[in-house]
Amino acid sequence: MDAFKNWVARTGMGSVLVLALVIMVVFPLTMDIFRLNLVGKYLTYAFVAVGLVMLWGYGGILSLGQGCFFGLGGYMMAMFLKLEASDPESTKIQSTPGIPDFMDWNQITELPFWWEPFNHLPLALIAVVLVPMVLAFIISFAMFKRRVGGVYFAIITQAVALILTVLIIGQQGYTGGVNGITDLKTLLGWDIRDDSSKYVLYFVNAALLIGVILLCRWIQMSKLGTLLLAMRDKEDRVRFSGYDVAMFKVFVFVLAAGISAIGGAMFTLQVGFMSPSFVGIVPSIEMVIFAAVGGRMSLVGAVYGALLVNAGKTYFSESAPDLWLFLMAALFIGVVLAFPNGLAGLYESHVKPWFSRRKSVAKPAASAGEPPAPPSAPTHKSAPPAALPGGVQGQSA
Amino acid sequence: MSFDEIYNIALMQGFAGLSLFSVLLLMGLGLAIIFGQMGVINMAHGEFMTIGAYTIFMFSSLTETYAPGLVQAYFPIAIVAAFFIAFAFGWLTEWALIRHLYKRPLDTLLATWGLSLGMQQVFRSTFGPKEVSPTLPEWLMGSWAPSEGLDIPINGLFVLGLTAVVTGGVLLALYKSRWGLRVRATVANRAMANATGINTKRTDRLTFAIGCGIAGVAGAAFTTIGSTGPTSGSLYIVDAFLVVTFGGAASLLGTVASAFGIAQTQSIAEFFLTGSMAKVLTLLLIVTILMIRPQGLFASKIRR
Repeated sequence: MDAFKNWVARTGMGSVLVLALVIMVVFPLTMDIFRLNLVGKYLTYAFVAVGLVMLWGYGGILSLGQGCFFGLGGYMMAMFLKLEASDPESTKIQSTPGIPDFMDWNQITELPFWWEPFNHLPLALIAVVLVPMVLAFIISFAMFKRRVGGVYFAIITQAVALILTVLIIGQQGYTGGVNGITDLKTLLGWDIRDDSSKYVLYFVNAALLIGVILLCRWIQMSKLGTLLLAMRDKEDRVRFSGYDVAMFKVFVFVLAAGISAIGGAMFTLQVGFMSPSFVGIVPSIEMVIFAAVGGRMSLVGAVYGALLVNAGKTYFSESAPDLWLFLMAALFIGVVLAFPNGLAGLYESHVKPWFSRRKSVAKPAASAGEPPAPPSAPTHKSAPPAALPGGVQGQSA
Repeated sequence: MSFDEIYNIALMQGFAGLSLFSVLLLMGLGLAIIFGQMGVINMAHGEFMTIGAYTIFMFSSLTETYAPGLVQAYFPIAIVAAFFIAFAFGWLTEWALIRHLYKRPLDTLLATWGLSLGMQQVFRSTFGPKEVSPTLPEWLMGSWAPSEGLDIPINGLFVLGLTAVVTGGVLLALYKSRWGLRVRATVANRAMANATGINTKRTDRLTFAIGCGIAGVAGAAFTTIGSTGPTSGSLYIVDAFLVVTFGGAASLLGTVASAFGIAQTQSIAEFFLTGSMAKVLTLLLIVTILMIRPQGLFASKIRR
């Protein structure tokens, strides 16, 4: 038991364990399947937020086009499911049976060649992760090798998201247009719409999310994580120490893209459709706010941020839609001006000292008197990089 | 098809490009001052345009109710008013929000995005979710036909003329006035400008407010072309940023050149392709060129 405790303290796994407990045990026990499915949808956004913590919090690179990778992942999955849903038997009323219905409506008589690979699940699953990563690689390699960063990179990623949206909406016959790819039914003959499969998908999603967080945590604790932080704060020093800064940035951008794409694929599976409204600029920036609310340095915080903002969105857009945009505006401005480290920062500076005061009144509560804690994740305390100066102000831009 | 017809089509096509050019340039000018000179990302720029557009709408409905005889004349006054109202809001925004964030450009981006969401909701609550258009004076309607088969819309000509005036004004102000001198000094070397007695904080606020005012004028001009809704501004914002970035952020002439290039590319592509594919092609071209030449077309040599 002691060994376990030590391991938790050393790796900062405590908060990850709590998160796993909350989403794997508490939510399924307390919610009906409708709510749980909704939470599952929010958790797919959490993938993007976790990717943004790595990219923005650790790498200091703000991307406003993460929705583009989320959407690509989702579309790849949707293409496979759509092809399975449109077998010749169930589409025999079309003029060309065996192709997706929206192609038929747009007078396309043959499956385009680039849809062919999506007849096979393994190929589709590989494409879900690989295609967004390759796109991310092309964008980031071209930009970072020329030392373009900061706001210019943000604008370019935004433009990429816009291009993809316009392309998807414009090429209605090949992509389903504004409506997206809808009417998805089965995965290898397994109905994804009934309650039991929704449970299964929720747990697969939760497990994947925890896995992704563990992977990112591992990267953060490795030498690579330290390097990312160093690059964010003093890029030139890292470069002069002989590191290829550009390739590290490319790595973290590609990583974030891959993680977002997994989220997108899980979104399609749980919600049952994919549309361009999850690709464009507005959703992409909303995804940044999930990470910002949770705390841009905290992987676990990002998940809570995504859950909280989305729950708020669902609640308010039902009860007071006018209020929601104001609240969202306040959230954006407040999180930037007042709480740059989000929920995790609040936890770090307020809740933790309060706990330690409660725990031992005899022991002088040293941490309470400290200046505001460094903007590190709760999970971050014990890791070696905590010694580095990690100010939000220090982000390279 | 005779040679004359082809000639007319080419002329009208060229004018469509010029029209788009003036729209892009008007959008980009305010941003070129705020983003190019100050390095501030103002995602709420589109909403400042919407302020200008709604100002025109307000003026038009006020004159219609209280002074129907003046409908022919209100437009120029309303444009000046649009400038000053947007200017005032810009001044307020800088004071309340932007000045705290000069050292954190990425955070400015998020905060101003939040601001734009809030402003959109204010527009929606005040003017309703429907798109509105002002009653335009008659001299802005119709088209000008210098010869048989050649129609040039007057509102396009008006926007083109206004763009020329505003661009000339901005260039003059930036290179001939005391304000322009202070702005350029602050951009070149903030600490040194401070040392020579320039109040850089005041300069920043004035610059930001002027940029917003120009956005207001742009919005006012766009009411002659299309209608205005609460979210109209957000349609322009990415295009505006691309125009400025593509031209080379710190160069006003670069903004003019890039607006011209982008507009002509898009309107020529629109002639051969569908509208959305023309847009995709233009954007792809811009992004590719920016990847090869990240500093934009006209990079000015400034110390970073």
